[in-house]
Amino acid sequence: MLRQLLLILTTLAATAGTGTARADWGLNMPEGVTELSKETYDLHMLIFWVCVWIGVVVFGVMIYSIFAHRKSRGVTPATFSHSTLAEVLWTAVPVVILLALAVPTAKTLVRLEDSRDPDLTIVATGYQWKWHYRYQDEDMGFYSSLSLDSLEARRKQSGIDPFSVENYLLDVDNPVVVPVGKKVRLLLTSNDVLHAWWVPDLAIKKDAIPGIINETWFKAEQVGTYRGQCAELCGKDHGYMPIVVEVVDEDAYQAWVDTRKADDPQFAAR
Amino acid sequence: MSTIAAEVNDHAHDDHGPAKGIKRWLFATNHKDIGTMYLIFSFAMFLIGGLMALVIRSELFQPGLQFVHPEFFNQMTTMHALIMVFGAVMPAFVGLANWMIPMMVGAPDMALPRMNNWSFWILPVAFGILLSTLWMDGGAPASGWTMYPPLVLQTGDAFPFLIFSVHLMGISSIMGAINIIVTIMNMRAPSMSLLRMPIFVWTWLITAYLLIAVMPVLAGAVTMLLTDQFFGTSFFLAAGGGDPVMFQHIFWFFGHPEVYIMILPAFGVVSEIIPTFARKPLFGRDSMIYAASCIAFLSFIVWAHHMFTVGMPLSGQLFFMFATMLIAVPTGVKVFNWVATMWKGAMTFETPMLFALAFVFLFTIGGFSGLMLAITPADIQYHDSYFVVAHFHYVLVPGSVFAIMAGVYYWLPKWTGYMYNESLGKLHFWTSTIFVNLTFFPMHFLGLAGMPRRIPDYSTQFADFNMIASIGAFGFGLSQLILIYVLLTAKKGVPATDAVWDNPEGLEWTVPSPAPFHTFDTPPEVLPPLKHEQHA
Repeated sequence: MLRQLLLILTTLAATAGTGTARADWGLNMPEGVTELSKETYDLHMLIFWVCVWIGVVVFGVMIYSIFAHRKSRGVTPATFSHSTLAEVLWTAVPVVILLALAVPTAKTLVRLEDSRDPDLTIVATGYQWKWHYRYQDEDMGFYSSLSLDSLEARRKQSGIDPFSVENYLLDVDNPVVVPVGKKVRLLLTSNDVLHAWWVPDLAIKKDAIPGIINETWFKAEQVGTYRGQCAELCGKDHGYMPIVVEVVDEDAYQAWVDTRKADDPQFAAR
Repeated sequence: MSTIAAEVNDHAHDDHGPAKGIKRWLFATNHKDIGTMYLIFSFAMFLIGGLMALVIRSELFQPGLQFVHPEFFNQMTTMHALIMVFGAVMPAFVGLANWMIPMMVGAPDMALPRMNNWSFWILPVAFGILLSTLWMDGGAPASGWTMYPPLVLQTGDAFPFLIFSVHLMGISSIMGAINIIVTIMNMRAPSMSLLRMPIFVWTWLITAYLLIAVMPVLAGAVTMLLTDQFFGTSFFLAAGGGDPVMFQHIFWFFGHPEVYIMILPAFGVVSEIIPTFARKPLFGRDSMIYAASCIAFLSFIVWAHHMFTVGMPLSGQLFFMFATMLIAVPTGVKVFNWVATMWKGAMTFETPMLFALAFVFLFTIGGFSGLMLAITPADIQYHDSYFVVAHFHYVLVPGSVFAIMAGVYYWLPKWTGYMYNESLGKLHFWTSTIFVNLTFFPMHFLGLAGMPRRIPDYSTQFADFNMIASIGAFGFGLSQLILIYVLLTAKKGVPATDAVWDNPEGLEWTVPSPAPFHTFDTPPEVLPPLKHEQHA
């Protein structure tokens, strides 16, 4: 049912398209690049298919009934209004299904919350409307704002085609750089209002709250650039404070830290 | 008891009709007039809130900023939600309750008619105040309908007006709820036991208790915002020792039951309609009532599932996750009961039935995404994305709103005395159903692909689905013009019989169509048999 709908929608969208260079069709949650993002994805697909199958059964019965049990076919309505067996079954079976779902979910959740023994700690502070990152162990920090080309194109009626801007609204001047395969602990807080730090490929979303330090972690298994956005409404430019995480290998990370600290006073202890 | 009955009888002869002109509406105490006003008001709000949604969808039609500034975009999302929740859905159900509950329980009117008048007339004032903020310095509230501090404290001149209008909406809701409870508890026909009440009355009774329990909590929360802003308190301000997260806990302690306030009466409407057009008794009538009560109870212990990303302790997350998953059980019971009601019936598909069937399908899809959202690690990905927007619009639009439309089509002939235009009703149904799915189904994909909610502009990979959603939204909006036409011509059809439909269940079908200004001056002695009793 969902697949069919999906197909129909896809066809419709193709006809609605304007012919400009189109990026990938994002249909599903990304599997991501951490162990936990893959577990999260698996849970998502598990619950999705559970829903699909329940849907197939329930909607199947309903659609059959709509076609078979209609007055125009000259049927006489039945008179039953109870069935203890059916009622016990359709209360008990969902309980069993839910219990079966609860166990793996709880396991993943426990692991998500375990931010002990990090290799590296970064403090991310939300500002209206940019992020500030401080590397605890390196004594350095920097602001990360929307990149200039997006900034120009995002103005109302700027005349710049967003499709011509690479990573429109998802690029920053100074990305967060982290080493691959290391457990990175992220401490989150805010300077003004609520923000939320979300990178889908890392399967992390956590609120940045003034007066509170929140904790989360990730361990990226794959080198690459991963993009996300602020996910908690934080005022007029809420849509314009993206997050970019560059996962690089250990040597490149050290080199990045060293050059930043040596060459660019902007990065010195903040 | 006997003296009261005698008094009622004494007054029963003066068969006075409604007052003339504007006085009939300003000083209305008749439940039918007040019900009509509620319904018209909520429809007007539905159209205003809908126009705001179209502003949102226009801006999101393609990437880049074409029409509005981000700050105005945020005002639109905020106002759209406040108006739809408090101005359209809730008053529409109160309107249906006003019209139908006294007739369904065999009462002459609501128990507290003057309070009824007041609880209605507060609403236009409240929404007048709320809408006026659009023209104030700093614009309308733009912090989302959830009014999270500290952002909400950055609202301009509109801030105290926002708080005051929410207070008024709360007062109106609480008075409406008290009225409904008192009417149901005290004014039922003597032979109507609680378990014999129509399901719509039952679901509204439960809803009314929910309203009384949680609207004061909302009032408290917004009052604390007010004192934080103007009187130097720091309930939610970290700098003064307060906690911004506490607001969210208090808000969602109201907010989650609020979700069921908007869906339980919908369950009631659908449970009235499906047996009528399936020509079969409602399956598991008692279990429907228990399931609704169960959902109402659970609604008080799941609020923090709206807050899985705020940084709760693991034990808290596990508790709220398990409690949330439990809701699937009674909700499932209801869906299964509706399907079992259809099973082996003799169905016909008039407009009310079509809307009710679409409700069962599409509300269930919203229920599925709700179950997905209960899975906390996945919720961390879904949270504050378009997946959530898709979820709650599925339960609210083809859920609550479709149920309201089903109810309006179902009872309209009883109200007007004439059959509405059935072909146009069906056209309205089909266009609404197609476009509502076109609008909201792609939002699932957008959210999963990583598009946050409440953003005025988006990255280019989200362009296609946004375009589809915007086309759907305009189609859905235009479809409502058909409803307006159907309503305006509601009295042009053939006269309706008293029963209107084929052997429907309940007292409201024993009075003439249109229902006279006063019904059941004396309580009915004998109740018409329920469908399952007819075969006993």
